[in-house]
Amino acid sequence: MSVLAMQRNFRLWLDHGDTFAAARIGERAAPGLLVYQNNYRAQLIACLDEAFPHTRDWLGGEGFHEAMVAHIERVPPSSWTLDAYPRDFPATLAMLYPGDPEVAELAWIEQALAEAFVGPDAGVLTPARISAIDWDSAVLHFTPTLDHAPLTTNAPALWAAMDGGEAPPAAEILAEPGAMLVWRHGLVSRFRAVERAELDSLLRARTGTPFPDLCRALVESLGEEQGVARAGQLLGSWIAEGMIVSIEDAQS
Amino acid sequence: MSLPCFAGFGLGLRKPHYADFLDTRVEVDFVEVISENFMVDGGRPSQILRDVRERYPVALHGVSMSIGSADGLDGAYLKRLRALVDEIEPLFVSDHLSWSRIEGFNSHDLLPLPYTIEALDLVCANVARAQDAMGRAMLIENPSTYIDFVRADMSEWQFLDAMAQRTGCGLLLDVNNVFVSASNHGFDAIAYLDGVPHDRVRQIHLAGHSLGTELLIDTHDRPVPASVWDLYAHVMPKLGAVATMIERDDDIPPLGDLLDELAIARRISDIAMRVAA
Repeated sequence: MSVLAMQRNFRLWLDHGDTFAAARIGERAAPGLLVYQNNYRAQLIACLDEAFPHTRDWLGGEGFHEAMVAHIERVPPSSWTLDAYPRDFPATLAMLYPGDPEVAELAWIEQALAEAFVGPDAGVLTPARISAIDWDSAVLHFTPTLDHAPLTTNAPALWAAMDGGEAPPAAEILAEPGAMLVWRHGLVSRFRAVERAELDSLLRARTGTPFPDLCRALVESLGEEQGVARAGQLLGSWIAEGMIVSIEDAQS
Repeated sequence: MSLPCFAGFGLGLRKPHYADFLDTRVEVDFVEVISENFMVDGGRPSQILRDVRERYPVALHGVSMSIGSADGLDGAYLKRLRALVDEIEPLFVSDHLSWSRIEGFNSHDLLPLPYTIEALDLVCANVARAQDAMGRAMLIENPSTYIDFVRADMSEWQFLDAMAQRTGCGLLLDVNNVFVSASNHGFDAIAYLDGVPHDRVRQIHLAGHSLGTELLIDTHDRPVPASVWDLYAHVMPKLGAVATMIERDDDIPPLGDLLDELAIARRISDIAMRVAA
């Protein structure tokens, strides 16, 4: 048997438990093949278990274990890094728990925080730089770790309670769907829930819309006074929370 | 491609000991890190490795190169690893004589190879490509294995010898893995240690193992046993300058316990050097 054929048989054994493929590797290999299959599954289970502690606590050990087994059946690992394996787990949970959307949303928060933790480093916006900006031509640049996802439940409150060691509240569906933002400020991953309107402004800003145009859009929808105030409030919070890492203007 | 050389005693850098290594001067000559843990874009892991590198020489030890894959190496992986190598300027860059990935599937385990001429050819081609990508000679580690393929053209140590001769790579000799595989497959561990090309060995791993249902398992979750210390004492007089380290990955004890084990390695090495002289 060629090395390629052996490796294909090995994959079938590990991924599908294919006993015919195992037999082709060799009859006397059976005890060793069991060791490798146990290692393979134990490693993926440990990876998911470590990546989603609050989702595990929310679902309970048995439910979470069943979800991990289902995920391993559905999604074979493909990346060179095991850190990539949890990425698709929220999608598996969404399929397994269609009537409980907080489960997948909670898992998304955990996964996104972990991704942000090792995401690209970014610069720091200094007070001196802010004071020198020509706001009539300002374009905001956001940290590359900034990510977002739809939010339909109180999953952020569930995460916060469990992370603080408190009993989580009951799951609730939001009156208005919003979004979750996750990013890293310095070395610390952060998240918060936002309304759809803030996400829209943020996405426009991130695609390069100049800040004055954002202001104009907010004035059109909210009126002069409230629109200008809202623009200033969004800008202030994005800077204070470390989402904006640089601002380009005509003088840059 | 020249083979780097370093003599000393080190430990694997593991999360429970980060503060020890960063806040105090730990009495080691080098630390070894798992390459993939730091092949990230940025954030705290990158900062920790930079800080550690300022204080200690670092060896990069990989688990995902998959040097035995029949469909070749992953170019994106090699590019990432090269970036880390350029930043850290490690003592050594190592990985295993094993495979993990085939046709888009990655097992994240160190799977065994048959020691055939065909496997030797493909491993040598992959090692050569990896060394070109790294711009330096690599060290390849002997694995613990749980399968003894029926068809083999040579022993594992003959395979390592041929691979090192053809590619110019060095060897990371894991003494515990020799013991585990010898026990599982019934070969003589002393013959193995006498048969490896001693002039190519640059680093040594020492670790513990446990007994599974039928086989010894390379668990790295307990102290180095007497059987492994005996093999270390046997091979050390035959080697030149090597970097010895204790490899502990599970049930990680306080750092002091590992330093005590490292002191044993130093004593055995001192005696071995006197014997060799």
